[in-house]
This record gives sequence, structure tokens and C-alpha cells, in this order.
Amino acid sequence: MSWINETGPGRDVVLASRIRIARNIADIPFPSAMQAHHAAEVAENVRKSLNHIRAETGSSFAFMYIRDVPVVERQILVEKHLASQDLMQNHEVSALLLDSEEKIVVMINEEDHIRAQCILPGFQLNQAWEKLNHVDNIIEKNIEYAFHEQLGYLTCCPTNVGTGMRSSVMMHLPALTANKQMNAILQTISKVGLTARGIYGEGSEALGSIYQISNQITLGPSEEELINNLTIICRQIVEKERIARKALHKTSGMQFEDALWRAYGILQNARVLELKEFMAFISQMRLGVGMGLIPDFSLEDVDTLMTAGQPAGIMKKVGRALDDSEIDIARADIIRDALDEILKSKNNL
Amino acid sequence: MICQECKQRQATVHFTKIINNHKTELHLCEECAQQRENFIQIPSFSINDLLAGFMDLGHAQPAFEKPASTKCAGCGMDYYQFKKIGRLGCQECYKYFGSELQPVLRRIQGSTQHTGKVPERAGSGLLKKKQIAQWKAELKRAVEMEAFERAAELRDKIKALEQLENQRRGKKNELD
Repeated sequence: MSWINETGPGRDVVLASRIRIARNIADIPFPSAMQAHHAAEVAENVRKSLNHIRAETGSSFAFMYIRDVPVVERQILVEKHLASQDLMQNHEVSALLLDSEEKIVVMINEEDHIRAQCILPGFQLNQAWEKLNHVDNIIEKNIEYAFHEQLGYLTCCPTNVGTGMRSSVMMHLPALTANKQMNAILQTISKVGLTARGIYGEGSEALGSIYQISNQITLGPSEEELINNLTIICRQIVEKERIARKALHKTSGMQFEDALWRAYGILQNARVLELKEFMAFISQMRLGVGMGLIPDFSLEDVDTLMTAGQPAGIMKKVGRALDDSEIDIARADIIRDALDEILKSKNNL
Repeated sequence: MICQECKQRQATVHFTKIINNHKTELHLCEECAQQRENFIQIPSFSINDLLAGFMDLGHAQPAFEKPASTKCAGCGMDYYQFKKIGRLGCQECYKYFGSELQPVLRRIQGSTQHTGKVPERAGSGLLKKKQIAQWKAELKRAVEMEAFERAAELRDKIKALEQLENQRRGKKNELD
């Protein structure tokens, strides 16, 4: 079961917690300067750990070269936050190690030789670090990492050196966004070494009011300190979002509920859905479900819908490449069917 | 200039791509340019661009006066390349561009001392090195104080650990 359809603590606000570490193998040039035989050596070295990882974690892992993965599937991996666009761009030499639950992923020959990540549903940074650290230790048994006494783990980009760790929390903040408090929050967190960006959409736009908050610095504090820092700040943001939601409900009452139900109604009936409006409505619906105002659906249902409504997810479902207007029609169809399906299965129980 | 692709519209988008000193130029209209995504990689404003800016701040003298001799012996990357892409080529780069990197790290990281996880394998050499240095200092003191029994004991310990470390390194080289 992937993080998307599994329940987790604080899920009303926190979609998922993710930690990734960057590692390079000693004495092999970084991907920015390496040749094909180096890349093959890196992939082979990581592959050697496959059986170890399987045995020690008890999960089934698959190893794949990106060049063998169909193009649509590559994009889906990106939409599910399991791989990066950079990995896909390096498709001639890059590879991926993925567990069947889609919680632990090891990207090979991305910006660094190894980029391992663990993603768990809800607010679970410590658990994610524990799992990832374990996998890191297993991989290290077969590999000597590029490590420097003073600078820690050496990475291709100096912004990752030290712990090589980026921990992030994916948050749904519709009430703080509606109250126009996001700018103040983003400014404040940048003062304590954190950074935020929208997950969906490009540039500064955060589609669906979904933000990813992560540690900016990687060198100096230990992994635990960085995670603690992020946890403390995010816990406060969660509380602020919950308070803002209640306040909105209290002050706007039926108007507030009406807006959420209308969003649900449109998703259930629309024939054409652009990505931007889809994200706006699904965000409203998620808010309703998270506050217990729209029964019959779980947060996991909504998050699954959100992924299903992204472009590559749609093309995979339809089974061919689509132009923009075709995608918008297919999106509306898929979301309508999925909502019906969920309601039917609930009624049969 | 007319678009090289459709040969009809005015070329408004101009690209130069250099790979291994081989230069390719392309002049396209906007419509044709959109269809040539593999050739075109519109530069995004990334952290790497920002890094390049910091590189210059670290120096009193501007970067273009920097002697071109600073070249990484590990991967051959030179200072200009590094500055341009904001990415390092190999672990040796940290040594060769050390003096340029220090101010960058202080600025973007706020620190230059790692205190987090130490990998068991790569770190074991490190821990041994630290232990050897400590024993050597003790040995020096012991000799000064004419505590020869203690000194001999320390000398043997150092020798044993150094041998162990050399064996480990030798094995690693064989594998390479």
C-alpha cells in the first residue's frame, strides 16, 4: 500500500513526510562529470545491495533502469513523488530501486550517485528517518561513500553537503492561504533555516494550497537536529491551519460549508476540468473531508483522486498521449467515475 | 532572419549548443522552437546560478582574475566551469576549490563543520586516524617525561593500527 492510500497521523493537514539523503561513492566522479562506464559501475554497486535490502527490511524491492521504463510510467513516478525530473532526464544511465509499498526509493545517477528517500503518510518524520537510515546503512556495507571529516557527505552541489539530508513535510494549507497568511509564514520560516514551495504547479503558484516545507541547510546541525527543527515548526503550522479552519467555519458558517459542497458537486458533475480548477476544487473538497463536513470520503480517497487527476496519471488510464483539451475532458470523466466508485463501495458495505 | 525549420516565419528564438567544442546554432520562430524541446533547455533560475554569485563574494579580487591553474586533478573541472554550473565534478573538487568553497558554505549553510552521521566504512578510517593522532601526542609526552615503558606500549599500538588501516586500503585498491 502506497503512502497515498494509507492513513497517517495529522493527515487532515499533512499529506506526507519525506526524507531524502544524497550519497556519492568514493573515487568515482559525480554524475556531473562521469562517463557511461562510471554510471554503470555505480548502478551495479547499488544493485549488489538489493538482496541485502530485501532481507533486512522484509520488503520486496524492484531494480529498474529508467531506459527500460515506458515514458508515461516515468512521468507517473514523478507525479507520485517517487522520482525526480532530473532522474528522467538522465534516463540513459539512471536507475531506480523501488519497494512495492512505494515508501522507499533509491534513485541512482541523479544529481548524485545515490539519492535515497523514504515517504510516509501523515506527519512521521522520525519514522521516515529511521527507515531511511537503515537502508543507508545496508547500502554502505557494499560501498565506500565519499565522506570528508569536516564537510561530511560530499555531494555534487555544495547546497547538499554535510548530512546530504533534505527532510520535508507536504502540507495542505487552504485556510491559511484563504486568510492570506502564507506570505508571513513563508518569510518567518526562512529565518529559521526552512524553505517552502508549492508542490503542484510551476513558479510561485501553489496549486491546491499544497506546500512542501523543508530544511534549507544541510551542514552543521545533525540529522536529528534538522528533523527536530522542522517538526517543531510544522507542528505549529498544523495548529495554525486547524485554528484558521475553525475560524473560517465559525465566521462564514453555511457559506463556508456551501463552498466546500459546491466544489464536491462540480467534481461529481463536471464534463471538462482544467488542472488549475481541478486542484482548486479538490483542495476545497479535501478541506471538507478533513473537517468531517463531507462524510462518505476519507482523506486517502481524496489524495488518491488528486494523483489520479495529474496529467501522466490521466494518460496512463486512457492509454495514449492526449492534447490539453482531451486531458481536461478525460480528467472530468476519471474523477466522476472515481467518485461514483467510492460511493458505491461505501453503500455496499 | 528566417526560421530554419519552417522557412516562413521570422526567427525570434536563437540557440547555441556547445558539446565537446562542437558548436551547433539554431534560429527558429517561436512555434517551431516549442516543438524542439530536446534541443532547447530553457535555463531555469536555480540554486546553482545563485551559488555562482556567492563564489565571487568570497574573494576580494574578482573571479576573472583568478589564475586559470586552479583545476581539479580528480576530474579536470576548472574554476570557470565550476562557477558556471555551480556543481562539483568529484570529491577531489572539494579539495581543489576549498578556498573558494569555504565562504560559499558559510553563506548558504551557515557552518562548515559536519556534526551528523558518520558512515561506518568511510568513517572507520577517520576514527582510526584520530586515534593514531591522539596516541602519537601521548607518545611524545611519554618520551619527554622519560616514561619509556608507556612509550613502547603506545608505539606498538600505533604500529598495529597503522598496519590494519594499510591492509584495509590495500584491499580496497585491489578491488578497484
